[in-house]
Amino acid sequence: MYLPGTEPKYFINAGLHGPDAVILDLEDSVHPAQKDAARILVRNTLRAVDFSGCERMVRINQLPMGLEDLAEIISEAPDLVLIPKTEHPQQVTEVDRMISELKHRHKIDRPIWLMPILESALAIENAFTIATATANVVALTIGLEDYTADLGVTKTPEGRESLYARARVVNAAKAAGVQAIDSVFGDVGNVDGLRRCAESSRELGFEGMGCIHPSQIAVIHDAFTPSQAEIEKALKIVAAFEEAQQRGLGVVSLGSKMIDAPVVERARKLVARSRAGAPAPHSSGLNNDVQERH
Amino acid sequence: MTERVELAQNAAGRMVPAMVNSKPQIPYLGVEKYQPRARKAAPAVRSSKDYPENGDKRVPDLETALRKCGLRDGMVISNHHHLRDGDRVALMALQVAAKLGVKDLTWFPSASFPSQKAAIELMESGVIHHIEGSMNGPLGDYCTQGKMRGMGVLRSHGGRWQAIQDGEVHVDVAVIAAPTADFFGNADGSHGKSACGSLGFALADSIYADNVIVVTDNLVPFPCIPWQIQGNNVDYVVEVESIGDPAKIVSGTTQITRSPDRLRIAELVARFLRYSGIMRTGFSFQAGAGGIALAFVDFLRRMMKEDGVKARFVRGGSTRYLVEMLQEGLTDYILDGQTFDLEAVKSIASDPRHVPTSPFTSYNYHGKGNFASMVDAVVLGATEVDVNFNGNVVTHSDGRLLHGIGGWQNCLAAGCTILALPSFRDRIPVIVDEVTTLTGPGELIDVVVTERGIAINPLRQDLLDSVKGSSLPIRPIQDIKAEVERICGGKPARPQLGDRPVAVVKWVDGTVLDTVWQVG
Repeated sequence: MYLPGTEPKYFINAGLHGPDAVILDLEDSVHPAQKDAARILVRNTLRAVDFSGCERMVRINQLPMGLEDLAEIISEAPDLVLIPKTEHPQQVTEVDRMISELKHRHKIDRPIWLMPILESALAIENAFTIATATANVVALTIGLEDYTADLGVTKTPEGRESLYARARVVNAAKAAGVQAIDSVFGDVGNVDGLRRCAESSRELGFEGMGCIHPSQIAVIHDAFTPSQAEIEKALKIVAAFEEAQQRGLGVVSLGSKMIDAPVVERARKLVARSRAGAPAPHSSGLNNDVQERH
Repeated sequence: MTERVELAQNAAGRMVPAMVNSKPQIPYLGVEKYQPRARKAAPAVRSSKDYPENGDKRVPDLETALRKCGLRDGMVISNHHHLRDGDRVALMALQVAAKLGVKDLTWFPSASFPSQKAAIELMESGVIHHIEGSMNGPLGDYCTQGKMRGMGVLRSHGGRWQAIQDGEVHVDVAVIAAPTADFFGNADGSHGKSACGSLGFALADSIYADNVIVVTDNLVPFPCIPWQIQGNNVDYVVEVESIGDPAKIVSGTTQITRSPDRLRIAELVARFLRYSGIMRTGFSFQAGAGGIALAFVDFLRRMMKEDGVKARFVRGGSTRYLVEMLQEGLTDYILDGQTFDLEAVKSIASDPRHVPTSPFTSYNYHGKGNFASMVDAVVLGATEVDVNFNGNVVTHSDGRLLHGIGGWQNCLAAGCTILALPSFRDRIPVIVDEVTTLTGPGELIDVVVTERGIAINPLRQDLLDSVKGSSLPIRPIQDIKAEVERICGGKPARPQLGDRPVAVVKWVDGTVLDTVWQVG
């Protein structure tokens, strides 16, 4: 969940709403005249605020200004840095190098991961090389406002104009072995639109998406969490595969259907994702209480 | 008010004046401890021979009506607040009193509003001696700063009925703004250009006052149907061009909070009711028109639909959200104390299942029961709550009068009383060691829901048991308090209160629960 870096009132309770990560933003949501203040505020926030176990991320400014951001915030060891408007792998390595120097200076042992944001046609074309620029890249994401502006097209709720780019990001991320995270859905009041968008993201292969308001968190979690029927089917497939392995059978079948190895692998991934993506204890699924009681 | 005030310690440990505006007081004795033995008050017996046989009680204007009522120095003049911040009648009456040269009135509104700040000039000029009724905004500041000559008396809606009925307050002249009336004085709030819904807050005044004036901007031929105020209690009827500003009487639409933190609180309240089993077919609840309360109603409505649960009745403050529940068949009735938005006004005017009530039926503690104690759950706000679950709703942490009590104290009688409130406001923790002004005893407050968790009063082991094993964030109130103090940089300094009482808070039985002290 993105939080404007100049709005400390949003920081304190952000973790209560159950996002997987909070992104303290130094870029687009911060007025150019307030960049210095925002840096200090974000640094102090990383130092002082308990985000209830969420990952702590920072979106720095586009380079070269982003390097000034790093000098201020890396001492507080955020979990991840988002690099906006990344178009070349060299930009990623530059950020990585500076983070490495700052970590050394501040005696930080643990990794600080990177998530480049691809926001132009060129960035999309370079997606794989960006994703593989350093070992610290763990995810790719896409910024659709800038991307559609670069294409000179209108961003629509259906998103046909960005289908290629989103699919390309997913493909590059998978090829590089990192996560693909979809862009935010900007219409906070449109819950149905968000749900459709998130479901479409999951179908495309994204493993999560950004959000800009706490009310979007539960909807996104629901959309990205496999349904009970999907989980049950996957569990059956995995069980059938393991049973076949134990019995030394080369061919796996479920009922009358033969199961190929990729199907088993997909089922395993789905089970793993459903376990990892179980709603946090404080998330707001309305049906949780009913399931608890019965 | 410069004389020294004798104080006594009440059962809650609070120092309260022994005399208020020259009347002896009974310090609070504890919940259900005070048993009055007196008989009810009553106005003088009147005879029909003194009233027009044709029923036409109209007089040309309010000045004539007040003259005929014999308004004079030191009297008590009352108004209701159903027209809220749009009301024009209360000030109109007080300004006519000023024109008549009357002094030292006690103004006894069921609540006052910021639009009535001109009452300050009337206090400065000596027309009004003091106000007995909720004060906020400029009037609250005026009182808290010790500028009012008499002491303010804050009562709940039920407590106001009790005070009138028990004779603690004798109303000399009641001036009742009526959105619709006939010449006989029958009056109703659900129709007319200034429609406000129920007129329940004016009912006690109409029954017990010596003189009753109905002021309307929608005079209809007899009979005014329906009527909530009976013309048989009314002395004079005055027709005016406008009794209020419709835009400020009811909001066009009441809005659910958009604050994520407050939405989380609302959802936690609804989940608590669902999981604890309070939300079941035939249950009842009450929630007001604040942003959290509206959001709670919306969450609860969705959960009721999912679980196939229907309420027998809900209590308003009614809004379009309650009306939608009625229309969707999620409740059999709305029992309505006051009507907050246009949809609710429309509903009360047209749907017989949407029933106007009064503080007598809903809240009066000195009656043969009341609805408040029959409600399964009530969701309220507060300015502060302390670690013993005592609540404050009238002053802020700086000691200034901020809100009226409304029905808040009366609602504490519900089966499960829930305070839904953010754990801090503007970096000021809401959970404190001891509330600034005690408005509700902790033994009647069962659950405190904040965005950081739900605290259940240890006295309610049944509620603690009912949510055991749930994923609800149940936490001791001290834990939440400690966390919030960490966030806010420690405990806030206590307000510097003076040693002069400027107002008292009455309990539902008329005893004195606490004192509001001069600030600044």
